[in-house]
Amino acid sequence: MCDAVTLDVDHVSIMYKVGDFKDIGLKEFVMRKLTHQYHSREFWAVNDISFRLYKGDMLGIIGSNGAGKSTLLKAVSSVMVPTKGKIAASGKVVALLELASGFDGDLTVRENAYLRGAMLGYTRAFMNEKYDEIIAFAELQEFEDRPFRQLSSGMKSRIAFSIASLVQPDLLILDEVLSVGDGAFRKKSEEKMMNIIGSGATTILVSHSLEQVQTLCNKVLWMEKGKMVEFGNPITICEQYQSFLASKNALKC
Amino acid sequence: MLQKLKEYQFLLEELIKRDFKKKYKRTVLGVFWSVLSPLLTLFVMKLVFTGFFGNNIPFYTTYLFAGNLIFSYYRESTTQGMSALMNNADIFSKVNVPKYMFVLSSNLSSMINFLITLVVFFVFAAIDGVTFSWRFLVLIYPVACLLLFNIGVGLILSAMFVFFRDTQYLYSVFTLLLMYVSAIFYQVTSFPLHIQRLFLMNPIYVYIKYFRVIVIDGNIPSLAFNLLPLFWAAAALLIGGTIYKKNNQRFMYYV
Repeated sequence: MCDAVTLDVDHVSIMYKVGDFKDIGLKEFVMRKLTHQYHSREFWAVNDISFRLYKGDMLGIIGSNGAGKSTLLKAVSSVMVPTKGKIAASGKVVALLELASGFDGDLTVRENAYLRGAMLGYTRAFMNEKYDEIIAFAELQEFEDRPFRQLSSGMKSRIAFSIASLVQPDLLILDEVLSVGDGAFRKKSEEKMMNIIGSGATTILVSHSLEQVQTLCNKVLWMEKGKMVEFGNPITICEQYQSFLASKNALKC
Repeated sequence: MLQKLKEYQFLLEELIKRDFKKKYKRTVLGVFWSVLSPLLTLFVMKLVFTGFFGNNIPFYTTYLFAGNLIFSYYRESTTQGMSALMNNADIFSKVNVPKYMFVLSSNLSSMINFLITLVVFFVFAAIDGVTFSWRFLVLIYPVACLLLFNIGVGLILSAMFVFFRDTQYLYSVFTLLLMYVSAIFYQVTSFPLHIQRLFLMNPIYVYIKYFRVIVIDGNIPSLAFNLLPLFWAAAALLIGGTIYKKNNQRFMYYV
């Protein structure tokens, strides 16, 4: 079972409708529909991407801002359903996307921790058992009953990371989260991450640090404007990407 | 469906807790305000309308209160429900959770509010000299139907609010008009019979009327009338549920 496919992304495309429909409101929408003045454009954020990951693989996704990396990850973590194509993931998928958002500033740290745990599908019993561990790992013992808005952004990411990294996933999705908190915490979180990865989880990592991608990943997907540019060996692709960035910068000057 | 609810019970509980806490955090009067505000409305209405209608309607205070109680619960619950989806966009665009959960939790937290006001309603009814009886227990039925109706309307509105941001303003105009046709401070018997029947097309009037028949008249409504609350609840849930089922994946693109 060494070569079990954990994730199969098969010709996946994701389309956003763009246009002014968001701002026009119901009255205007009805009027424009009636007078045939209503237009919307299609925008393919992800365009025909296919790849396969096997157990234990670590994939790095690189590309400029707006290349569709985050949208692709949303589809892989089944927050979004692709417009075309299919995604098949086996086992438990855990996605750490934009960690610090989605918390409620008015609630206390404790309340937020439970809410987040519930969102991630943990049970109350599990949270009761692990709560102290979470707080200890995030080093927020003195802040437990403070409103969440009083925390610094580093603290927010720390607690988010502590809650989310509790499980043992088969497929782990990381969106720019390996750079959480200050130096000491970053080391701790990287260690924990490596433990999860080392235990055989397949991992997808989005990062702007090519160095990180080169050292950690055994496969790389390079995306540009929703399309796949390259998929395969990290060393060669990262070099290609670097020269691509250099030529882009040169054009600007 | 029930299986799913069980699976997400922890999440639902935490969401209700959050909605309830958020509503009352940082207000000195806290939960009391939720009772005080309908009482103020009641007080003003009683003051203004007693001269016009009070003499012909027995137990006018209870009559007014029943109307206000149901109508404010409906308005509160659906207005909160409307923004439930948008307010939680941060959550469902990152974690895969059933989206109706947010409307559900917002409705259940409004329900707590309603139940507190309901107790005050009974206190006022007692002061007003209404005779209490076992029939009051039947009120559980219209209240349950109203809860389902509000959830249904909340689903419809929250979906519309994601697609059209002016839903909020249009809906506040709608509820204002709805208030005037819900017979809160007047009686429908002053209208010709065919107009009186038209009032049954207004679900809020149906729920109000059910309350009044039980509490003021001391009767159990007829079988035909008993079907109406259920009909409206089922209709709203069916439409709301269908909209959610159809657009479940589309919401993401609009937030």
